Amino acid sequence: MSERDVLLALRNVDVFIGESHILQGVSFDVRNGGITGLLGRNGVGKTTTLRGILGLAPRTGSVTLAGEELTRLSVHEVVQRGVGYVPEDRDVFAGLTVAENLRLAERKGSELRYDLIYELFPELKQRAAQKAGTLSGGQQQMVSLSRALLNADNRILLVDEPTKGLAPLVVRNVTEALRRAAEVATILLVEQNLSVAHALVRDVIVLDQGRVTFTGDVDELMNDPALARRHLGLAAAVGH
Amino acid sequence: MSTTVLLLITGLGLGALYFLIAAGLSLIWGLMRVLNLAHGAFFTVAAYLGWSASLALSGTSPWVQWGVSVVVAVIAGGVFATLTEVVLIRPLYARPVGQVLVTVGVALAAVALIEGGYGGDPKQLTLPAWLTGTTAILGANIPNTRWVAIFAAALVLALLLFFLQRTRYGLIVRAGVENRSMVEALGIDVQRAFTLVFAIGGMAAGLSGVLAAAYYGTIDPVRGTSMLIFAFIVIVIGGLGSVAGSALAAVIVGVLQQFLNFYAAAGVGDFAVVLLLAVVLLVRPGGLTGATST
Ligand SMILES: Nc1ncnc2c1ncn2[C@@H]1O[C@H](COP(=O)(O)OP(=O)(O)OP(=O)(O)O)[C@@H](O)[C@H]1O
Ligand SMILES: [Mg+2]
Repeated sequence: MSERDVLLALRNVDVFIGESHILQGVSFDVRNGGITGLLGRNGVGKTTTLRGILGLAPRTGSVTLAGEELTRLSVHEVVQRGVGYVPEDRDVFAGLTVAENLRLAERKGSELRYDLIYELFPELKQRAAQKAGTLSGGQQQMVSLSRALLNADNRILLVDEPTKGLAPLVVRNVTEALRRAAEVATILLVEQNLSVAHALVRDVIVLDQGRVTFTGDVDELMNDPALARRHLGLAAAVGH
Repeated sequence: MSTTVLLLITGLGLGALYFLIAAGLSLIWGLMRVLNLAHGAFFTVAAYLGWSASLALSGTSPWVQWGVSVVVAVIAGGVFATLTEVVLIRPLYARPVGQVLVTVGVALAAVALIEGGYGGDPKQLTLPAWLTGTTAILGANIPNTRWVAIFAAALVLALLLFFLQRTRYGLIVRAGVENRSMVEALGIDVQRAFTLVFAIGGMAAGLSGVLAAAYYGTIDPVRGTSMLIFAFIVIVIGGLGSVAGSALAAVIVGVLQQFLNFYAAAGVGDFAVVLLLAVVLLVRPGGLTGATST
């Protein structure tokens, strides 16, 4: 891919947490537009990669967004450059109402995005006054995704296992929401549900034990059971 | 009956002074996980600067003198707290032990400097005649200083709840008490909220300092330290991070202390408060309210 197509680039990113060397020289590019999948077995460092991009995990090496170096910035500055985050455990503010959770994420230009999120998740409008801690897991995921979508300046969304633990109907709703979200921002998606990943993703990056072991087209990986099993483990065989 | 009423209102007044210290402490802990041992120094330094301002105006009306001392104390508390956060605490971000040590250093240095500059003897603040008088209610003659403390604390409580519930920074503080890094991950500079919370906490502590001068009749260099200890008990009982919880716990602690110190023996009330703390920690480790900043 040519340099102009690259939105996010990692070069030799290392993350140490305590004594553990969690990410070991991770390098990859995320293409502008569409959804790129970040896949791999449990505990290989997918979440740590996203946290490292944001600066929530201390990292060395280089992370650039449209050519701008992010590693010297603090977390809120990275986000202000246009990086949205939908964390693995949703991290809604449980004691705040749905409306307050959304209001925290508001920026200039959020008015139009409210139309989008209420179209994707009409439930949130009805539950505006409800404390986010009392929502179901699926509804919390809707709040978390909406927070990232409300910021119209976001150029890339880092979305970590958005369908984890959700009922099939909600998985479909979230999948559709991601498809729509990809029309307004690039998405780097961590997804263990391989059928969801296959349906959404174009480029794939696979991590194993803190290193990148595969980058390429999703069909190349998924349509070759032996390759998929080697990179993604048994789940690949089941999920496909 | 009149004794009960007197003890109750006096206890509420004491609780009011505790609350004014505890509210800031609790928010600072909730948001930043900093145990701010310098908070008693904000109380003390503000009271002394208020006293100096009042002295400089001697000859004018006592109402003017007292009014100015209150304003000066509130501003002094706010400025001192802001400087403490910006100059000493911020550079030690992510080094909690260093932060605690720095706040201890501020506390010790402030007391030493005050003793050096003003001497160790108690100082008397010039008060308007009304403030030194009493108001009879249900047969009890209640010192007016108690009413003033209670009124001030109620006002501060209302303002703080308004701030937390109705303003954007209040929203950031409430969210930050729950999950600071997620607030940053929404692109919000939480550091600014820290500074604001320190400033507000320092102002409230300064107000407590100058009101305590009226409540107790004098100012001395070490009262801030003992008040701080009870304020810590209050915030733990109330639930760290909760302003409303601090208010409730401050009332319970102040009233309990007054009644037991009177009916049992002096000192028993103080001891009972510590016992109450232990019981609350055993039964409800999160304090009366859990930890939500409402
Ligand atoms: N705060 C931490 N302290 C110590 N070890 C950690 C910490 N966070 C992550 N790890 C370790 O780092 C490795 C990678 O974790 P990470 O959460 O990034 O993996 P993951 O690919 O997201 O896994 P999962 O699929 O289970 O979400 C794991 O071995 C994990 O135990
Ligand atoms: Mg993970």
